[in-house]
Amino acid sequence: MSDAAGLLILGSSQAGVQLAVSLRALGYDEPITLLGEENHRPYQRPALSKEYLQGAITKESLIYRTQEYWDEHRIDVVKNERIIRIDKRSDGSGVAHSMSGREFAFDRLALTVGARARRLLLEGVDLPGVLYLRNADDALELKARAPVVKDVVVIGGGFIGIEAAASLARMGRTVTLLEAGPRLVGRAVGEETSAYLLEHHRARGISVVLDADVRRIVAGGDRVAGVELADGTTIRADLVLIGVGVVPNTELAESIGLACDNGITVDRWAIASDGVTVAVGDVANLPNPVPGAPEGDRVRFESVNNAVEQAKVAAYAITGRPEDYQGIPWFWSNQGDLKLQIAGLSTGHTRTVVRRDDERGKFSVLYYRGDAIIAADCVNAPLDFMAVKAALAARASIPAEQAADPSVQLKAITVTSSGEHS
Amino acid sequence: MPTITYTDDSGESRVVAANVGDSVMETAVRNGVPGIVAECGGSLSCATCHVFVDEAELAQLPAMEEMEDEMLWGAAVDRRDTSRLCCQIKVSDDMDLHVTTPETQV
Ligand SMILES: Cc1cc2nc3c(=O)[nH]c(=O)nc-3n(C[C@H](O)[C@H](O)[C@H](O)COP(=O)(O)OP(=O)(O)OC[C@H]3O[C@@H](n4cnc5c(N)ncnc54)[C@H](O)[C@@H]3O)c2cc1C
Ligand code: FES
Repeated sequence: MSDAAGLLILGSSQAGVQLAVSLRALGYDEPITLLGEENHRPYQRPALSKEYLQGAITKESLIYRTQEYWDEHRIDVVKNERIIRIDKRSDGSGVAHSMSGREFAFDRLALTVGARARRLLLEGVDLPGVLYLRNADDALELKARAPVVKDVVVIGGGFIGIEAAASLARMGRTVTLLEAGPRLVGRAVGEETSAYLLEHHRARGISVVLDADVRRIVAGGDRVAGVELADGTTIRADLVLIGVGVVPNTELAESIGLACDNGITVDRWAIASDGVTVAVGDVANLPNPVPGAPEGDRVRFESVNNAVEQAKVAAYAITGRPEDYQGIPWFWSNQGDLKLQIAGLSTGHTRTVVRRDDERGKFSVLYYRGDAIIAADCVNAPLDFMAVKAALAARASIPAEQAADPSVQLKAITVTSSGEHS
Repeated sequence: MPTITYTDDSGESRVVAANVGDSVMETAVRNGVPGIVAECGGSLSCATCHVFVDEAELAQLPAMEEMEDEMLWGAAVDRRDTSRLCCQIKVSDDMDLHVTTPETQV
């Protein structure tokens, strides 16, 4: 064996795991260390607010790979080590120092350190019974408390807040969801979808308050007892869950001089500003990968799809055969009995087409820029989702006039770029 | 112990010992069986866990639900009568299942 230090992947979650797995699949032969601060085997997050919280699946099914897999592929998985300092030379090699005092030498570094829950600065947020939901420890605590509480207040009407609210309502808790903005998931879906989600979740018994101005979290004895709004009302709560977005973990990257701007700035091959360090996943700020996106347009995703696809691109770059990152971003969010799937990016749309079939419980919004379809939000409508995703990938078009009829299959009216019906 | 045999597009097979209650997708992914991507981790949202089930064994599996059926229409390789999304197939006692993975999942 050589004594090469190899690649150190910092952060052993969706992006880090995929990077390690893809590198071995491509025949990368150097040592790989996959290091993370959490005291768990690498696991998947999405179910933490959904199937896992509801008890539909076990902890074991969140685990990415067996230990035999890691051993067989010579991937050294290190857990429970938080890196607090990095010394990096100009050739990209260096040493990472952990809080416990261990040193991890590397020839090359990959930062897959993700994002953390944004903390709310508010009176009472440190009370027992006020939780966040980003990692397995958060989920274990939430899952332990959920059966013994009655009234839950969720602060934040984004994906994670809504998913958790829907799961807890399904489990029989009384749930109030407080959103500071005028609509649900304002950051990621259009107005029609927001309105549909609101209607659906209210019908399922979740009390949703929009434009909620939270003043403080109220204590009862030494525990949380409620949430007080600016209008003076207090909503009872023996559990408060805060889901107000995430902040990318860029501190280490900044400390070694990498350019950061809402994430670590990377190029189309997931390479940071020093020309060698790799950054992938929720922590990366990257050129918009949608084919035909305006030059210079940059995005930071918080999605499994991006973590996986960008990691593959990074693996190609590391093995010396760079491939541009191009793809159609997609996302899913299971909210109780509602399955939302999103294809494409709706930013910059000029019109929408709504397909609603209440009898079958299906709802989709198609987003157009001029005549070109650019995205869709699909609720319990996988056929629409799949059709739009395929059309975007093939740069095909879906005529808006025909699409407005929900009894028409989108696949049947898709016209390929060569003008043929697909 | 239940076993799942995964055969890839080129005909190469891998036999994996499975745990009751896991899905056929989880069994593949955790053991690094290529040919199954499973981007959504079993959430029935991606259709990248498409397999063709051995014809004789197909009838013994619980029937698929509407959502799986609809998702299958969007699989990267066209569905056939034996198509399933294997995140929806639970491993049962004494299962000895044979599945073939398509040429591509994306
Ligand atoms: C509850 C929940 C539900 C979600 N649902 C969906 C969904 O339905 N669909 C979807 O597409 N996406 C979903 N997501 C988002 C998805 O999970 C993330 O996009 C994905 O996990 C990003 O992967 P990542 O590896 O980039 O970052 P992360 O998953 O954030 O992982 C980064 C890892 O690095 C570790 N780390 C950070 N700093 C250090 C350090 N200094 N030293 C050592 N280790 C460090 C962290 O502890 C963490 O384990 C969900 C997320 C959550 C929390
Ligand atoms: S793993 Fe995504 S649909 Fe089966």
